[in-house]
Formats: sequence, structure tokens, C-alpha cells
Amino acid sequence: MQIISVENMVKRFGSITAVDGITFGVDENSIFGFLGPNGAGKTTTISILCTLLDPTSGKAFLNGHDCSAESAAVRKSIGIVFQDSSLDKDLTARENLMFHARLYNVATPERKQRVDEALVFAGLQDRADDLVKKFSGGMKRRLEVARGLIHKPKVLFLDEPTLGLDPQSRSSLWEFIIELPKKHDVTIFMTTHYMEEAEVCDHIAIIDKGKIIASGTPGSLKKLIGGDVIYLKTSDNRKAAETLQKLFGLSATEKDGEIFISTPRGDSCIPALIREIGDIVLSVRLQRPTLNDVFLKLTGKEIRAENGSVENDVKETVRSYRRRHDRG
Amino acid sequence: MIEANAVYVIVAREFKKFIRERTRLVSAIARPLVWLFLIGGGMSRIVPIAGGVSYMQFIFPGILGMTILFSSIFSSISIIWDKEFGFMKEILVAPISRFSIVVGKATSGMVLSTIQAAIILAFFPLLGLKIGFAEVAGILLISAALSFAISSLGIVLASFYDSYESFSVIMNFIVMPMFFLSGAMYPVKLMPTILRFFTRINPLTYGIDAIKHLSLPPGAGPMGADFPFLLDVAVIIAATVIFVAIGGKAFERKG
Ligand SMILES: Nc1ncnc2c1ncn2[C@@H]1O[C@H](COP(=O)(O)OP(=O)(O)O)[C@@H](O)[C@H]1O
Ligand SMILES: [Mg+2]
Repeated sequence: MQIISVENMVKRFGSITAVDGITFGVDENSIFGFLGPNGAGKTTTISILCTLLDPTSGKAFLNGHDCSAESAAVRKSIGIVFQDSSLDKDLTARENLMFHARLYNVATPERKQRVDEALVFAGLQDRADDLVKKFSGGMKRRLEVARGLIHKPKVLFLDEPTLGLDPQSRSSLWEFIIELPKKHDVTIFMTTHYMEEAEVCDHIAIIDKGKIIASGTPGSLKKLIGGDVIYLKTSDNRKAAETLQKLFGLSATEKDGEIFISTPRGDSCIPALIREIGDIVLSVRLQRPTLNDVFLKLTGKEIRAENGSVENDVKETVRSYRRRHDRG
Repeated sequence: MIEANAVYVIVAREFKKFIRERTRLVSAIARPLVWLFLIGGGMSRIVPIAGGVSYMQFIFPGILGMTILFSSIFSSISIIWDKEFGFMKEILVAPISRFSIVVGKATSGMVLSTIQAAIILAFFPLLGLKIGFAEVAGILLISAALSFAISSLGIVLASFYDSYESFSVIMNFIVMPMFFLSGAMYPVKLMPTILRFFTRINPLTYGIDAIKHLSLPPGAGPMGADFPFLLDVAVIIAATVIFVAIGGKAFERKG
């Protein structure tokens, strides 16, 4: 079943078209990744699905409810971790969770138990009564994810969940996130502009300038740009290239003193290759296509390339200030 | 529809933070005391006592009004910041009505402002004012009603101005004029006509005037209250209803 379905959705802010006619669906209990550079329209899409904005045209449904006409029903079915933390940093972890449980009308006898479970789940049971402003970035995100799950939502939105975290916290947050659908019976809708992070998703939609330019599983998207690339350093590039052509029918290209070949299954190709020309090979390097390559191929630009408006710049400045400030 | 759980969460959260942040409370209390004793005390040497009321006694209701004005507006204006970067988003996506949020915010502005007004009010014996128990209770009730109204006004402002720069606009073009054109520092009946017009359309004027009725001795003449007490109360109630209604509507808007 499709827990989210979006049809031809457009959102304009004055003359800016933030979302430009997107259509997609998300399967129940899957991890759906919404990928795109800054300003692509990811947060705007989430805001519409979360009932904070109405679309200019088009429709969005979540758990069978219309996101703009039935906002109350939609809100009961969702949990959200916003791009910018919406924790109250002057309250303790437990207070943040207790207030959330009350806002979502979790009955009194159950409230304390669910909050305790959430604290354990976030690994914060020892810090439950510390003010959130003393937490690290990773702890805050885990707390926010745990908070978003307290009322047992059908869909959990994560908007750039790893933004501003160091690499180690990022990877531990990912381990935490990929467990969620099974443990909590919840669908994950996440956005990121780190292409490599989207590898864990079951399904991905790539968005650029408000339009979905590709979608599919990470594997199927990577097939779009052909197979793996094998780079070889040899003592005799010409001879190696000839042998590769003769034995495997692969045409090698020389570049920067290396030769490289493209092949759909690079890993299984390497043993045969070593057997045949092992005597002249100095080094072998296998490069798998990444989603970054997919984005580069589809748009001709790097995903990190940013071109924001002045207002975006202001928001970005405030955000990065807050990130630094919050960590201290 | 007003959800009690939502109002409780909004008020309890702000109350907890208020109790915890001693420095904020101290500075919120210090400003009106500085005005009262430095400006009020200084002016008392120049302005003659009239109707048995010194200038420092005269501005006491205005200083209570100032405490309420600043604390209520600050409490509501924080919504602007909160909406973009903070806890307000958590509240906005919760399954609660917008109207509950407005009522919750206004109620927490009311609770915090009334506490601060009560602290300032406790200084009345130092000013040589004689205020009875019933009048103290009356002043606290008026303070609560006035701060609910002004917090609601703050919510209306916060929902119309939603960028970071708007804060100083609100301070300079709304809050400060509201304070100076309220009869807090100067009797309304002695104002030039044009200023008197602005003072009359300012709800703060009526809150301060009601407190003048309850704290200054009768027959204070030019230093005394300017309007009938019942008019004061009626205006405060009407302002509350109007601002809450507009705030509720304004909050319903989506982008
Ligand atoms: N409230 C708004 N008013 C005007 N423009 C907006 C608003 N929100 C977003 N935008 C614009 O819409 C575009 C998409 O923004 P956003 O959805 O935040 O992108 P992303 O989350 O992918 O970085 C940007 O050009 C941004 O400036
Ligand atoms: Mg975004």
C-alpha cells in the first residue's frame, strides 16, 4: 500500500516556484529518500505533507487523508524531525518528551512509560534530566527522532537529519534510522543532500529545481550511468589494452598514466583480469558508481553546488550560527 | 475548540523556563524599578504634588502598565523566532487547533506578566501609597486581564510580521509609542488634542487608568484617573476579544 501519494503538486512563493509539478508515491514501512541540492524544494515538499503549507495546485495524500483539507487527521499520523531542531533547549530531555506526549494526547498512565522507552531508545536514559542545551548534536537528533515516535506515527519525516553532525555521529545516526521501520512499524521519509547517505533507502527520488528528475531504487539509479569502472596501473599500458580487447572485448582508455575500462560487474571481472595480465599489472582500483555520479550525469552539476537566494543565505547563516552555538 | 492539553503544555513550558531563568526575571523587574525610582523619584522634585499625589506615586500605575506591556509583548513576539527555528514548529504540527495555540500563548503571557506585576506592586508601601487588600486583588485582576489582552495583541503582531528584522520595527513603532501615549507618564487630560486622540485608542491607557482608580486616592484631581472605571474594564474586555479573534484567524493562515 502507498502510505503517501503526491499528484502533480506545485508550490509557488510569489514568483519563485519551489515545487514544480511533482508526482510520487511512498510504500508503507519503507525508507524513502528525497535527494537534491539546497533549494531544490525538499523542505517545501515536507512542509506540505506535514500540513504546514498548502500546495498552490495538485494533491497530496498521507495515510488516505488529504494533506490540506484533513490536516488534523494527517497530523495525528505523522512525526517530524525538522531541518532545524524544534527541541526546547532550556528544558530537559524528559520534559521535552513529556510535553510532546501530552500534546498528542497520550493517556496519563501510558505517558510516563512511553517517555521512559523513548529515552532508552535514544540512549539518553542517564541524561534524561539534563537540559538539552548541554547535549551534543548527535544526542539532540536521536532525542528528536525518539520524540517523533512517541505517539506511534505512521510516517516519520526526517529533514536533513545528519546536517551539521560530525562523520561519526552521522554514521551512528544512520544505524539508528535504518532500524526504525522494523522496530516501530513506521515509514521513513527523509531528505538529504548527501548523496552517499541515500544508499540505505529502499526508494529514492532525486529532485532538482522543484522537479523530480529520476527515481527508483539506489541500484536502478546507478545503472543509469552504466557499470563499475576498473582502473589499472601497468608496466605496459599498450600491451595491457590489447590483451583486454582480445580476451574480454573491453576497450580500455588511457588517462593520466592509468588505463580504465567500464564493465557492469567489475568485482567478478578482476580475478580473470589478474590471471591473464597479472604479470604487468602494478595496481588495480575498482570504482563503483555513486548517486553523486547519477546526479552529475542527470544535471551536469555537482549536488553540493549551491545557488541560494538572499533570504536563504540569511537563514543559512542563522542556522550555522545556531549549530555552532548549540554545540558549545 | 480549545484543547486543555495544548494550553497546559504551552503555559507549563513557559512557566518552567521562567522559573529557571533567574537572570531574565531580575532584568525584567529591574527596568520598571529603575523607571519608578530614578525617573519617578527625580521628577518628583520638579513636579509639585497635586491632589495629594506625588509624581512618583502618579507614575506607579503606569510602571505596572509598562511591566505588563513589555513582558506580554516579549512573551508573544518570541513566536516569530520560534516559528522559524524552534519549539513553535513542534506545536504547529501537533494535532491541536490554532485557536488553542493562541489561547495558550496569551494565557502564558498573562501568567508571567501578572507575576511580574505582582512583584512590582509589592513596592507600593515604599512610595507612601495606601492600597487596601481589596484594591490589591483588584489591581492583580486588572493586570491579568490587561496582560491577556496585550499578549493577544503581541500574537497578532507576530503573525503579521514574520521576519527577524520586524522585532525592532515592533519595538520602535508600536511598543514604545504605546507606552508613551498611555497616560503612564503624563495625565491624559493635560495632553495636547492630537496626542490625546492616540492615547484614547490605546488599550494600555485603559488598563493603566483602571489601576489609577484602584491605587491613587480619590480626589487626586489632575493626577487621578481620566476615565470611568467601568469604561476601562469594558475596553480591556473588548480589546481582549478582538485581539484573540484576530490572532486566531491570523494563525490559521498557511503560506
Ligand atoms: N517561505 C518561503 N518564501 C519564499 N520562498 C521560499 C520559502 N520557502 C522556501 N522558499 C524557496 O523555495 C525554494 C526551495 O526551498 P526549500 O524547499 O527549502 O529547499 P531545500 O529544502 O531542498 O533546500 C528555495 O528557492 C527557497 O528560497
Ligand atoms: Mg531544506
